[in-house]
Amino acid sequence: MIASNPVRYRAYVPVGVEEALEQKAAIENLLPIAGGTEVMVLLNEGLLAPCPVQSLHQLAGDWRGIRESDGSLIIGALATYTDVRHHPVVCERYPLLVESAKVTGALQIQNRGTLVGNIVNGSPAADTVPALFVYEANIRLLSSSGERVISINEFYTGYRKTILRSDELISEIILPAPPDGARHYYRKVGTRAAQAISKVVVAGIRTDHETKLAWGSVGPTTLRALKTEKAIAGGASPEEAAVVLMEELAPMDDIRSTRNYRLAVSRNLVMDFIHKTKE
Amino acid sequence: MTIRMTINGREYETDAHPMMPLLDVLRESCRLTGTKYGCGEGECGACTVIMNDELVMSCMVPVMQAGGAEIETVEGLARVAENGEEILHPVQQAFLECGGAQCGICTPGMVMAGVHHLRHPDRAPGGLREALEGNLCRCTGYSAIFRAMEQAAKTGHPE
Ligand SMILES: Cc1cc2nc3c(=O)[nH]c(=O)nc-3n(C[C@H](O)[C@H](O)[C@H](O)COP(=O)(O)OP(=O)(O)OC[C@H]3O[C@@H](n4cnc5c(N)ncnc54)[C@H](O)[C@@H]3O)c2cc1C
Ligand code: FES
Ligand code: FES
Repeated sequence: MIASNPVRYRAYVPVGVEEALEQKAAIENLLPIAGGTEVMVLLNEGLLAPCPVQSLHQLAGDWRGIRESDGSLIIGALATYTDVRHHPVVCERYPLLVESAKVTGALQIQNRGTLVGNIVNGSPAADTVPALFVYEANIRLLSSSGERVISINEFYTGYRKTILRSDELISEIILPAPPDGARHYYRKVGTRAAQAISKVVVAGIRTDHETKLAWGSVGPTTLRALKTEKAIAGGASPEEAAVVLMEELAPMDDIRSTRNYRLAVSRNLVMDFIHKTKE
Repeated sequence: MTIRMTINGREYETDAHPMMPLLDVLRESCRLTGTKYGCGEGECGACTVIMNDELVMSCMVPVMQAGGAEIETVEGLARVAENGEEILHPVQQAFLECGGAQCGICTPGMVMAGVHHLRHPDRAPGGLREALEGNLCRCTGYSAIFRAMEQAAKTGHPE
């Protein structure tokens, strides 16, 4: 059933954050495992190059919680989609995260998969990442030599490339308070409603003064459509905004869809966004 | 590393490699072959079990993450009555009566998802369809499965 020989993956199970960071610094190529829903697919298919692995599950006490702090909401690195979907503060203030968690995989995946795993995996089709982009989330990166907090908007440098260093682990996602009176919009377009990878995914928020729109699967990384945002905030019509958007997106043909289909869907979605978030 | 788990109320110990999927350990080491292999990719739900009261796909769980866990598989659902007769779980009984199983490959996973849904309906605010979203069936067309689940919800569950 499993197409790899597990013996080729030496397993480390740190019991505390410090130990985890020491291992991460000392052991070359050490691959962290949170919920395992990305890593296990590769393992079972025989596609995971042999490497040492580090299961983070014993850090749940430190890293699974979701808590408020100074007006921000902190989501621990081991918080699952299910944790996020059912958290009252997330439901009240960050509906785009609830929406994106709800359409990720099915319940079994949501019970295991983590938002941080979704971030680090780096797929441009990741469904929670557009929501994190529009909420302007920060992520905390820890290493045995210190920590840094960076904006998720600066995390990706190219297709599946990130600024995460080999000695670092992500400990948490920090969500600033969303703007007052924001209207929220989230749409995932896949082949079927459940268990499908996005062909286009978009998250947006809009107030009377500003608009934020982040897109997945239409470029090498998740991206903010800054010119389109400005056009909408400046009162552009749906058709005008769609013209601007077409210049900002760079989708490709791949096994899931085509460039033209993705552009056509994105065009329709931005117009729908403008209608649905009018007031 | 020796990994200990409780499966259907019984203690198990395994020397399986920590990265071995729980599915392989259940089937090969524990000889609990009720749990099925369909895809190994988290797509089909045939390997669904309940781990610490949560529905999971056992092909997606490296067994080291199941250390100390309480696991329930389809083998643990039926009960033995005082007269020695086996009494199926209401979900199993309803699948039987409603034709919820044809080839049967999806059935153990589907039944576990159904059992979990009856225990925790709040986990799937979208109802039965959402609760079974992760379980594919190539035979029944789902209608008989939905009927079985509706019946099971009415007959109640002995838990
Ligand atoms: C059937 C199925 C359906 C899916 N559907 C969707 C979907 O609809 N939308 C979607 O976006 N994704 C989907 N996925 C992909 C996957 O479930 C998500 O990306 C999930 O969020 C990964 O989280 P995880 O904790 O399981 O990741 P893991 O597999 O544990 O890890 C993923 C990556 O993140 C790294 N990592 C994890 N935690 C940390 C940390 N704290 N610090 C540093 N690195 C870390 C790991 O090293 C690895 O590279 C699906 C997967 C499956 C199997
Ligand atoms: S075998 Fe695990 S989901 Fe298909
Ligand atoms: S009964 Fe055959 S797959 Fe469901």
